[in-house]
Formats: sequence, structure tokens, C-alpha cells
Amino acid sequence: MTESKGQAPLLEVRNVSKYFGSVIALRDISMQVHAGEVTCVLGDNGAGKSTLIKILSGVHPHDEGEFLVEGRIVRFSGPRDARAAGISVVFQDLATVPLMSIWRNFFLGSEPTRGVGPARRLNVKFAKQVMREEMHKMGIDVRDPNQPVGTLSGGERQAVAIARAVYFGAKVLILDEPTSALGVRQSGIVLKYVIQARERGLGVIFITHNPHHAYPVGDRFVLLNRGRLIGSYAKSETTLAELTQMMAGGEELERLSKELEKMGSEPELEQVARELAQEASTTGT
Amino acid sequence: MSVAGSTPVPSPAPRVAQVGGDERITGVRLVVRLLQRPELGALLGAVAVYALFAGVDSTPGHKFSSIAGMQNWTDAASTYGIMAVAVALLMIGGEFDLSAGVMTGTSGLLLGMLITRYGLNVWIGIVLVLVFAAAIGAVNGYLVIRTKLPSFIITLATFFVLRGVNVGVTLLLTSTVRFDVSDKAPGFDSAHAIFGSTFLAPYNFQTAVLWWIGITAVATWVLNRTTFGNWIYGVGGDANAARAVGVPVARTKVILFMTTAMSAGVVGIMVALRYKGIQSGQGVGQEFFYIIAAVVGGCLLTGGYGSAIGASLGALIIGFAQIGIIFANWDSNWYFTFLGVILFLAVGVNTLVRRRATSARR
Repeated sequence: MTESKGQAPLLEVRNVSKYFGSVIALRDISMQVHAGEVTCVLGDNGAGKSTLIKILSGVHPHDEGEFLVEGRIVRFSGPRDARAAGISVVFQDLATVPLMSIWRNFFLGSEPTRGVGPARRLNVKFAKQVMREEMHKMGIDVRDPNQPVGTLSGGERQAVAIARAVYFGAKVLILDEPTSALGVRQSGIVLKYVIQARERGLGVIFITHNPHHAYPVGDRFVLLNRGRLIGSYAKSETTLAELTQMMAGGEELERLSKELEKMGSEPELEQVARELAQEASTTGT
Repeated sequence: MSVAGSTPVPSPAPRVAQVGGDERITGVRLVVRLLQRPELGALLGAVAVYALFAGVDSTPGHKFSSIAGMQNWTDAASTYGIMAVAVALLMIGGEFDLSAGVMTGTSGLLLGMLITRYGLNVWIGIVLVLVFAAAIGAVNGYLVIRTKLPSFIITLATFFVLRGVNVGVTLLLTSTVRFDVSDKAPGFDSAHAIFGSTFLAPYNFQTAVLWWIGITAVATWVLNRTTFGNWIYGVGGDANAARAVGVPVARTKVILFMTTAMSAGVVGIMVALRYKGIQSGQGVGQEFFYIIAAVVGGCLLTGGYGSAIGASLGALIIGFAQIGIIFANWDSNWYFTFLGVILFLAVGVNTLVRRRATSARR
């Protein structure tokens, strides 16, 4: 029993499907997340990434298939259940409240208190101290805990959310497009935090549509397209070029470039068509 | 600052550096923390408005700046203040309540009806009024959550429904536009002493002033030092982010609507007991004063930011203006113009604050 428990992945879904009315949002998805590994979920817009996150984080129940946490079948009735099971999501744009101070954001929803009855109050000193320590572990020195989060850079805001999730005992950290709204430098900073979380033994699910961000930090890659699983690879089984090719769908790229060529009376469109064709040919082989 | 390197004083050098470091932090804290306080503008505004009306006071013996004058403007400000604090919490939580004004009338009329028509003990009437007010607040909140419509529209509807009910039911039951509250009713004296009486004998401050101060203190405590207060900031600042970290957004908002309606209940009870009766049009139009007080006090219309003390200071400014204009012997219609200008200025300052708070600092 102990053996099977030790080998069981932190999180696993088996043949999970989700329908919204007659729309198939997800069909027959299987994936595993292990401790100390980054599992990248790749897919273009509409591939089903958001639906998958919502199932994993307890927002939506799945309609078919099995959902296991540390080898046990679970069924969450809400995000609180998921969090209690150690699954935390850091959403791209709704991770923090900009007008609230860093320490208030850090403990929002899980506030530390002291005293009893009507004298029960926030333990502000403790909250500020813990926030400082946890942010320091992520390499950020917070000068003023009362500083509104809105005054931090995009990467730092993600760091607040990640540090918070880790502090509150997340075993599985789901990062929803953490780099999509960020510039090159800030994206790099976030990728650094992803690796830090992995080093601390968390199972990280990194959701993105950018294989260039996923490949350097990922250990496993799960590709989605139109709600279906189109591939699942360990890092040793694939290359960045292959990932890019599979994500974009090489044939589709070629077709798109041909179509653009036909329309191509404008020089700008021709340029785009040439680039698409080039990408399709380089990644295709 | 780094002259310490050039001067050859060996031993205190590290201490200087350390003190310098600390000073940097306290320097940031003092200026920035002061600017971070939402009530700062209202405090400066209150001082300025007080100085203005103390200056233009044309009463003999400068009544405005006397204790008798203080009795006058605290009286005017107190009921606005009680409501402004509740409305401020709701606004920080990201919602409006346009029915808050008319709700004071509804509550007072209901109390009058329960006492004079059904001969209830005043205290039982008060409890029933508060339960009723809580129910109305819950309906407001539930409808806002359920329909996802702006609370502006939902509570505007509640406002008009209640406004009609107030006049209609009063006319139906009394054939007048007023409900009397008999001071012979059981429990009247004790209830009156708490809700509609005065204290400090020669000056006779209204007990409502104590309620106002008490409610401001409790609201400030709740907002800044409790879990629920943190939730209020969260649901108003970004409801989706708050929901994502497990804050019960719907519950928080419904409780805020209930608090607002119950505060209106308290104010209605005060009016009915103090004047031993209440007009069916009571409270109509007052909701705007509450919102003005809250905004002048630093609340952002978009939620997530504000203070209870600020809202109280906003109410105080309204009290200053209402009494000050009378004492200055001006036409009292200028009162509204004055409040309009104050509101303009406050919104201007708030917008600057918000921009400062949400843009990257370095």
C-alpha cells in the first residue's frame, strides 16, 4: 500500500470529459502530475485549457472519467475543496486585487486572526512578517507591506500569488497563462519562479500557448486541441521544434499561408504568408 | 548622504549606515502612508469648510464655532453619518444602494404602524423593523448577485417600489401622509431615551451623535482589523480575484446590503421616536447625501477603496454646510450648489489617488 501511495502521481485525470449543453469542451483527457515536475499544458485559444483548469481547481465538476489526487478518487464541490486537497491556481489576471496592500492580498481568503469572540481580529503583525519572509524566499525584498499590489510589476504580482499558494500548502500549483500578458524580461522572471516552485518539490501545471516558454522549464508536455488530447510527451521524447509544429498544426499553417498568398495583393499580407510558410517548412521536418 | 566614507570616523560608521537605512523606510512610510489614507482629503476638506463657515458666520456671538453651534451641526451630520458609514462599507464592497434614503422612511413608518395600529410594545416594534430592514437588504443583495445587474439599477427599482408603498400604505391606513407615534405606547420612554433623546444637559446633543461615533468606530474596526473587512476590500477591488482565493463574494455583498438597510432602519426608528411621528415622504432624496459623504470621505465609485472615518468626515462636512449656510444668512438653496462643488473636488482628488495607487511605482 505504501508502495503504491509513493508511486501515485500527485494529481491524475483519466479519460475526463466535460460538456456544456451540446458543446464538448473537453473529451477524453488523461494526464498525470508528479511532485517536483513541471507539466506543461499547451494549446491554442479554444483548445480547452481553461476548462481543464476549472475542473482541476474544483470550479466545474467533470462529467465523465476519473479525477485522482495522490491515488484517491476525488470529486470537488468547489474551489475550497480543491485548495484543501492542495491544488492551487494562480490565474493570469485575477491573481491579486490591485488596490489592496501586499499583505492583505497575501492573506485574502485565509486571514490569520488572534483573540476570540468579538475581539477576534486580524493578526496584522504576523501577516506582514510572513508575507515579507515568503516574498524574500522568491527573491523579492518588500520594502513596504502596505504598498498596493497595483504598484508592483506584472512579474512581481505573479510572484505574490505564487508565494501565497506555496505558503498555504499547495502541493499542485496551476499557473494559468502566467506569461501571456508580460514582456520578455517579466516572463523570464516568472519562469524563474516556476523553476523555484519545482525545486521546492511542488507539482507544477504550467498552462500556456507559448512553447518557447514551456519547453525550457517543462518536464512533460500535454497538448490539447479543440478539447481533445493530441499528444503527451516527456521532455526526452520531443523537441521545441516538434512542440511548436504540433501546436500550430503544420498542415494548417501551410493551408493558411496559401490562402493568404491568394489574397495577397498587399505587400504586408505577402510577408505574413511567407513567414507562415517558412515556419511550416522548418518545423514540419 | 554617502559622505560617511570620506570622513575618517571609524566606529559609528556602520551605525550611521543602519540609521540611514531605517530612515529611508520610515521616510517612505510617513509620506506614502499618509497619502495612502483615503480619509486625508476629507480631513483637510472638513478643516477648510469649518474655517470657511466659522469665518462667514453672521450670528451674534459667532454661534457656529460655539458649543451651541456644535450641537447644531453634529445634529445635522449624525444621521447622515450613520448612513454614510454603512453606504461607504457597501461602496468599498463595490456596490451602491439608492434605496437607502427611502428605507429610513419605510422603517420609521413601519414602526409607527406597528405601534399605533397594532398597539405593540415599542421595543418589539424596533426588533420587527430591524428584521424587516434586514430582509429588504437581503432582497437587494440577492437580486444584485442573482441577476448580475448593476446594483445601481436594482436598488433604484427598490427605491421606487418603497417610495410608492410608503405613501400608498400610509394614505390607506391613516387617510393622511403621516404616521403618529404615541408617547403613551408601552416601552416608548426607554426606546426614546436611547434613539431620540439628548445628552449633556445645557447643550442637549442628540443621542444620534453617539450612535454615529459608535457606528464609525465599529465600522473602522471591522474594515481594518477583521477578516470580514479584508473580504470587503477584496470583493470591491476585484470580485473575481477574491472568489478565486476563496472569499465568499455573494455572502459578503449580501451582508453589506443588509447592514446598509438595517442602518436605515436605525435612522428611521430615530426619526419616528424623536419627532413622535414620521412623514410618508421621509428620506426620499437622502441617498445622494450618503453617497456624497462616502465619496468625499475617499470611497472610490468603483469599489475596493475607502474608509468609514472618511465617510463620517464627509457627513460632518455636509453638517457644516447645512448649518453654516443658515448661520451665514445665505439663501439655503446654495447648500446644494456647495455640496455639488465639494463632490466635484473630492472626485478629482480620488481619481488622482487611484491613479497613484494602481500605477507602478518604480
